[in-house]
Amino acid sequence: MTALAILGGHLIDPAAGIDAPKDLLLKDGRVAEIAAPGKLKATNGAEVLNAAGLTVAPGLIDIHVHLREPGQGYKETIATGTAAAAAGGFTAVAAMPNTRPVNDSPEITRWMLAPERGAAVRVFPIAAATRGSKGEAINDYAALKSAGAVAVSDDGLPILKDSVMREVLAAAARVGLSVIQHAEDTRLTQGASMNLGPMSFKLGLRGMPPEAESSLVERDIRLITELREARAHLHIAHVSTAGAIAAVRQARRSGLRVTCEVAPHHFLLTDQHVGLYSTHAKMCPPLRSAADRDAMIEALLDGVVDAIATDHAPHAVHEKEVEFENAPNGVIGLETALGLSLRWLHKEWKLPLGRVLSLLSAQPAALLGMKGRGTLAAGSFADVVVFDPKAEWTYRAREGKSKSRNTPFDGFAMQGKVRWTISEGRIAYNPDPM
Amino acid sequence: MSPTAPPARRQLLLPPVAASPFPYHPGSLLSLDDLTLDDLSHILARATALETMDPLVRDRILAKRRVALLFYESSTRTRTSFELAAKSLGADTALVSSLSSSIEKGESLKDTGLTLRALGAEAIILRHNSSGAAWLLEAETRLPVLNAGDGMHQHPTQALLDLRTILTHLRPGVESVNAETLAGVTVTIVGDILHSRVARSNMMLLPRLGARVILCGPPALLPALAAHAGPGIAIERDFEAALRQSQAVMMLRIQAERLAGLQLDLEEYKAAYQLTGPRLAAFAPNAIVLHPGPIIRGLELTAGVADGPQSVILEQVKNGVAIRMAVVERALTTAADKGGRA
Repeated sequence: MTALAILGGHLIDPAAGIDAPKDLLLKDGRVAEIAAPGKLKATNGAEVLNAAGLTVAPGLIDIHVHLREPGQGYKETIATGTAAAAAGGFTAVAAMPNTRPVNDSPEITRWMLAPERGAAVRVFPIAAATRGSKGEAINDYAALKSAGAVAVSDDGLPILKDSVMREVLAAAARVGLSVIQHAEDTRLTQGASMNLGPMSFKLGLRGMPPEAESSLVERDIRLITELREARAHLHIAHVSTAGAIAAVRQARRSGLRVTCEVAPHHFLLTDQHVGLYSTHAKMCPPLRSAADRDAMIEALLDGVVDAIATDHAPHAVHEKEVEFENAPNGVIGLETALGLSLRWLHKEWKLPLGRVLSLLSAQPAALLGMKGRGTLAAGSFADVVVFDPKAEWTYRAREGKSKSRNTPFDGFAMQGKVRWTISEGRIAYNPDPM
Repeated sequence: MSPTAPPARRQLLLPPVAASPFPYHPGSLLSLDDLTLDDLSHILARATALETMDPLVRDRILAKRRVALLFYESSTRTRTSFELAAKSLGADTALVSSLSSSIEKGESLKDTGLTLRALGAEAIILRHNSSGAAWLLEAETRLPVLNAGDGMHQHPTQALLDLRTILTHLRPGVESVNAETLAGVTVTIVGDILHSRVARSNMMLLPRLGARVILCGPPALLPALAAHAGPGIAIERDFEAALRQSQAVMMLRIQAERLAGLQLDLEEYKAAYQLTGPRLAAFAPNAIVLHPGPIIRGLELTAGVADGPQSVILEQVKNGVAIRMAVVERALTTAADKGGRA
């Protein structure tokens, strides 16, 4: 494999505590050397990337994406989804199991990981927690883990039965897998298509109460408290309500292994953005009130949130061109996460660049135990993003790499333009080849 | 969480709510928010002019123009009056209803709309069970769309005909409206507010003319957040207290088709909210009684009230034809290039 030398850039590696001008040598898919500018020892024969004026950071990691394969290649494929990931600066994505069929077996997990899928960056399958994600029978977690699964989840289909969830947490803890819960008490959200509030009333749409999320988070925290000895790890997906964040904050103070992620749409938008029934603003959990959104920002700034995850959920154009209530939930997000995070979290709300990058790489890597990723320490995987932190640009969904266009951020101002994404030493994205 | 004061909130600049993604056809009527007070005055004036016009002259206004009625829900009043209104102006109408069309075979709203446009429809009147469907149809067809009821959202022509009825009785002779026209008037809307597009339409419209709107009903059918839907809206759970303040009372049907599993004790409901002769005589002897129909005699109101001297229910139906003539005329005579509202 060829070597790559990234010269003249400013390296930010929060996990290694580096924030300084550094040159970087990548060899055989690994980080071979980090040195002060001009001081790399063995650059002979290496392809040189000139990173002057650019930021060099660990490749971004999104622990919540839907790649739609197997079964729904018309929405996205592993190849197109990971191409979108690379364009967004991501070098690793964790793929949710709500595929057709559901990824509840080592066979499907291995199929997703096969080279024939044409993944542009590393894919980490998340396996279904229960057979067919039906919330009843527990899958064989040891087998799933050895096939490559990094966590278990019935994303989109929350596990409501206490007894099943308890068993899922305990069984996952035995093999060292995390449990990711989509926290939604679906008994409270039947027929609802947006957040419950004055806006849903005005639009004449049935609303999902915020308690549908917070009550299930509280239930799960109760269960994890009972399993304290087992060191079970509960990760709450796409937190969207102030109540759920408060519950996570409290659990963390009690020393429980409870983590959470927030999606850019939940820390940027509110139910007002549904506007006149925009199906591109329909997802689950839904866009919430301004108070909930503010709570997400506070939690990102004060460190309660462990990761920014996009919940990238592609849907074909014709599926979203329908009545709001009939449209499927979900928006794409891989190509906008960095640009929005830098534009808002960093520039507007003054979260230091290192903290923003940590939420997008080091912390999610640690959360799902992705060893050798989320850092550029020597010996780590050569997963790198090189971007211009000052570049401002406007996102156009139609120019994206994803197969789908369902985003509420079309036309939004972004900051930080990806120059190269390097996955295990290979250039996975280069918008401007020489 | 500590019970003490929350931390001082940072001043956060946030992404703006984007404006509507497409300009409406200026002849469309999707929501009452689309109409300025001048538009309202114009529609009211045209309703009167068209109602009193020689039918043989009126017949030439939209002679041989094509209007499609696209109905995904059953309807007696709205459908018939739209059809009569369009025909009175000379237009040809075609009715497509979900139960006897390719909609049953799975054709989407978009494709149904494009098909109607290809068949020569110049405007589409849409009744649909999903809130917001009218926007979708307009975005896809770019034709003037008249919202004849979308889910639980709005039913603009119902509110317009209700307004005409209210004006006739409380402000006789007034056709040009402004922000003070209904100052001092209280209109109480009673019953299944949660599921009612008629309630939503009236509560958005009447306060703009200075009226006070009281919403009255049990919490299951009237959530407290309804009071935040707009200015000039208050909730009063005590029916008799609400009646006492009202010059107009609008009774609503319990919408069994939208209750979605909600259990309601009808006897309890009637005891608290049924409009009976004695209740009306005791608390609102001079108020007019409206109902958008269909009425269920013996449930939300008694037969005696429905047929009584304070009832204006059939006048509302009659006003429906006049109002719908005005909005159909507006749809087909307002040029698209006049520029829509953003």
